[in-house]
Amino acid sequence: MPNDIKPVKVSDIMKDVASSFDSSIASNWYSNIVGFLSGNKSFYVLLGLSGLLVFAAAMTALNAINIGYRHAYGVSREVPWGILISTYIFFVVTSTGLCIISSIGHVFGVKDFLPIAKRSVFLSVVTIFAGFTVIFFDIENPLRMALYNVISPNLTSNIWWMGTLYGAYMVFMAVEFIFLLIEKHKIAMYAGLAGLISGIAAHSNLGAIFGMLHGREFWYGPFMPIYFIASAMMSGCAAIIFFTWLGYRVNNERMDKPMERAMEVVGKLCTVMIAVLMFFTVWKLIIGSVAPAKYEVIKSMLHGHFAVNFWVFEVLMGMAAPFVLFLLSRWRNLNMMFVASSLMVVGIFFMRFDLVIAGEAVPSYYELGVKEYSHLLSYSPSFSEIMIVSAGMGIVAMSFLLGEKVFKGHKTEIH
Amino acid sequence: MKFKKMDIGNLKEDGRKTVSLMERREFLKIGLMITGVFAGGTVLSLASNMNKVFASSEEFRKKYPYKPHYSMVILEGRCIDCERCMEACAKTNDVPDYGYRTTILEKDVPDAIGRKREFIPVLCNQCNNPPCVRACPTKATYKDKQNGIVMMHYEKCIGCKTCVLACPYNARYFNEEKHAIDKCNFCFDTRLSKGEKLTACAAACPAGVRIFGDLSDSGSEVYNLIHQLEKPVWVNRPEVGAKPNVFYMKS
Repeated sequence: MPNDIKPVKVSDIMKDVASSFDSSIASNWYSNIVGFLSGNKSFYVLLGLSGLLVFAAAMTALNAINIGYRHAYGVSREVPWGILISTYIFFVVTSTGLCIISSIGHVFGVKDFLPIAKRSVFLSVVTIFAGFTVIFFDIENPLRMALYNVISPNLTSNIWWMGTLYGAYMVFMAVEFIFLLIEKHKIAMYAGLAGLISGIAAHSNLGAIFGMLHGREFWYGPFMPIYFIASAMMSGCAAIIFFTWLGYRVNNERMDKPMERAMEVVGKLCTVMIAVLMFFTVWKLIIGSVAPAKYEVIKSMLHGHFAVNFWVFEVLMGMAAPFVLFLLSRWRNLNMMFVASSLMVVGIFFMRFDLVIAGEAVPSYYELGVKEYSHLLSYSPSFSEIMIVSAGMGIVAMSFLLGEKVFKGHKTEIH
Repeated sequence: MKFKKMDIGNLKEDGRKTVSLMERREFLKIGLMITGVFAGGTVLSLASNMNKVFASSEEFRKKYPYKPHYSMVILEGRCIDCERCMEACAKTNDVPDYGYRTTILEKDVPDAIGRKREFIPVLCNQCNNPPCVRACPTKATYKDKQNGIVMMHYEKCIGCKTCVLACPYNARYFNEEKHAIDKCNFCFDTRLSKGEKLTACAAACPAGVRIFGDLSDSGSEVYNLIHQLEKPVWVNRPEVGAKPNVFYMKS
């Protein structure tokens, strides 16, 4: 942080903003859009496909609203949260992670992390937006939420804090991105700091939604908020490597030295975070095995209903294989690191699914020993739910592709 | 096995004199509680009943926090699963067929002597420390300050379903017609506020399973059922700490 921080006047900021939009920048952006038109064929195919996916999903979502979520979704009274909630968590975990990891560079001034900043901030806005889109179709009355969140807030509710803080977070990150674009780094830094604080607060509240449900033994306890922040950092690293590699592919460019260095440090951080998550997972299993209600879920993960999800996706694809690949790549083999990060993105998606669904699997009256609730509950996503999840993916893919062309590979000049 | 003979007269001083009278009493109480639990299955002593009723045992030990403090005692052994309570509830409160405010659970105990099956009616426990109320983001569900019933402002419900998961008793469901979460409110809007003394389910039960009344009134039946030592009284899932106001007895 520079030492000569002067008080910032609003009028000065506005002047700066106005002067930034002079003719050269405008023409520059114009040329970017023209540049976007000159993309190659596969670029347009991908863009078209993701657009089509979003469109088809929008139709399914409208149908779901029309016939009622009870008929359209696979959720029930006993398992009211399904894949839409877990996908929402997947997106906001990624967004928060992108924000945390990129802030190491442009908020805390670690030079090695600077080259990834712009793309990360852009993608953190995109992923949180995708998350909000998905949860919009899970909440029954989203418009009431906008009203009563303001006029009837419940300050003891984690959902209230999570929604409010993530709302603020999205604004801060968008502001940060705009100021990064026009190269106003000091204001961008403050917006980034505000985004980081609100993002971490929001994300730990998301963990606490689960951690504070004291009737749900699998989730209950202080573990959740901590686990959420740690897995956000892991997901953020994976997303940065994944999208940066793809970005350079889309633009058909070679990484320069600072970017390669950035990928190396993010890769190393990613490896550390995988180790942290492995540590958490091992202790979750061991501690869960002595608590009766948790043990039922743990058993279903180890050798039951969730075993494939757990061993193949969560453990192998989400942690073990990428960990080995990162070590083998020595954080220099970018292609290997890309494969590792792609595996992680898929694995983490299932991690979130298991977290939400497995926590609901034990019925409230399980220990009463009644006929109705003598087995673990199950849930499988419906077609509508899968389509809405795809819409979230489509939004991210489309925005990413457009962003690469319009913002010309999110290049950062390092001063 | 042989033991050395003890010389009781010459035992070493074990510091008994430093143990205060209070500590001895506390110790005895713990002993009584433990034996009570083993003897009765769940609860025998009044002291532990009281701890289960109140949100904060110190604050509310002497008086009940609401007036009237509505409560239900379910005499489980009398239930024959005729489901008239469920019918009456659905009719009175417009409960759709895909949901319920109260239901009857069935428990089979094949190796029991005599009766091998029991029925357990369940409904919202109108907890003194309701997890659903804490979790709701918009105060759409709240605990009535007067009578302690956990109620709904339907128009404020955003349908996030967090309360459904927060509830340890599976007492909530999403009602499409109301476009909000619906739950048992002891028939407050449909009966109690109109001068009726009983909930629809309690009134409809032919076997007198559901005893409904005001726990703060020492003359009421619920008060007398709970404030006795002879027969065990328990609540569902006490470990959650929600402090329910629906109690269970065998008969």
